[in-house]
Amino acid sequence: MSWMVWTVPTAVFFSTIAAMLAGMTAWEIVSPTVERNGFLPIATTRGDRLFIGLLSAAYIHLIVVGFLPISIWFALGLSIVWMLVLMHWG
Amino acid sequence: MNKVRNNHAWWLILPMLLLVAFSAIIPLMTVVNYSVQDVFDPYTRFFTGTEWFQVMLNDPALQAALLRQFAFSLTILAIEVPLGIGIALIMPKQGWQASAVLILVTLPLLIPWNVVGSIWQIFTRGDIGLMGWGLRELGYGYNITRSPADAWATIVLMDVWHWTPLIALLCYSGLRAIPEAYYQAARIDRASKWAVFRFIQLPKLTNVLVIGILLRFMHSFMIYAEPFVLTGGGPGSSTTFLSQSLTTMAIGQQDLGPSAAFSLIYFLIILLVSWVFYTAIMHRQKDPTTQGER
Repeated sequence: MSWMVWTVPTAVFFSTIAAMLAGMTAWEIVSPTVERNGFLPIATTRGDRLFIGLLSAAYIHLIVVGFLPISIWFALGLSIVWMLVLMHWG
Repeated sequence: MNKVRNNHAWWLILPMLLLVAFSAIIPLMTVVNYSVQDVFDPYTRFFTGTEWFQVMLNDPALQAALLRQFAFSLTILAIEVPLGIGIALIMPKQGWQASAVLILVTLPLLIPWNVVGSIWQIFTRGDIGLMGWGLRELGYGYNITRSPADAWATIVLMDVWHWTPLIALLCYSGLRAIPEAYYQAARIDRASKWAVFRFIQLPKLTNVLVIGILLRFMHSFMIYAEPFVLTGGGPGSSTTFLSQSLTTMAIGQQDLGPSAAFSLIYFLIILLVSWVFYTAIMHRQKDPTTQGER
């Protein structure tokens, strides 16, 4: 594993993603998702909204890191809030 | 709505998942790890956090390469898609002519990328190349090593020559799949050729066109060997696209951290554009057989 040059932050990052996917799988088995219309312009399933949330979170982080003089933790906080909003009302 | 009750067949994709894990996910994880560190060897590395990302996002050369890349991909799509549909429409439908034309149209697809680059490199030379020599004799001072416009036009032409056949083949198969009854109905209505194309052929081609546009976009966005062989990214940096900047950085300069950060940005752009393309086209036509995407 040493060739993968793991660090604690990236390990936490990937564990979180893996946990999310596992959680979504369990949720899907317990109560299957139904495609629905929220504030997004397209009908989405739960997995679609998770994907959109993760992708936009990546872009939020890139914008903050590249072009804004604020800490990356703001980006993380904003992404979490955005993800919750998206999952609930998206 | 026909619900599948027995989901055990899903286990059959397990080998594929394992394969993908080794070929894609683990390497991608490694790239992520590299992007937040300055790695000299596995025992000598320093955590740099988001520094590489900041440097890469603010690098003027990379920003220019990104804009150039988008300009290139959109240009070739704007040419190849209408041209490919047009070729598919005039290709013979049966008999030996159909087979002969199919083979002729497919030929450029069989040529490896760097060979395509070499072919065009020779083709465009002023002294021995047919195109370079011909244009020069016609009085145009054609030179891809001097004029950025010539270099651009040549790379676009090369890509159109190499990849329009893919769009044409996809459309051809899509056209063959339209039942004859549609055309009979159109004849009864005395529909014009344009109406047949607009309301029968084009809608039926949407699915293959989605695949074609996606493939061509991703492919052209990652183009490397052809411009590298043909122009080497020049003149100046006028045809240096993203993957070539990346290679120079990762292989040429061994800057693994910055290149890893850059690859991830590159990856996110491709992921976003492909997703937007796919979702936009799939949701516009709301076909029940194409739902259930991810």
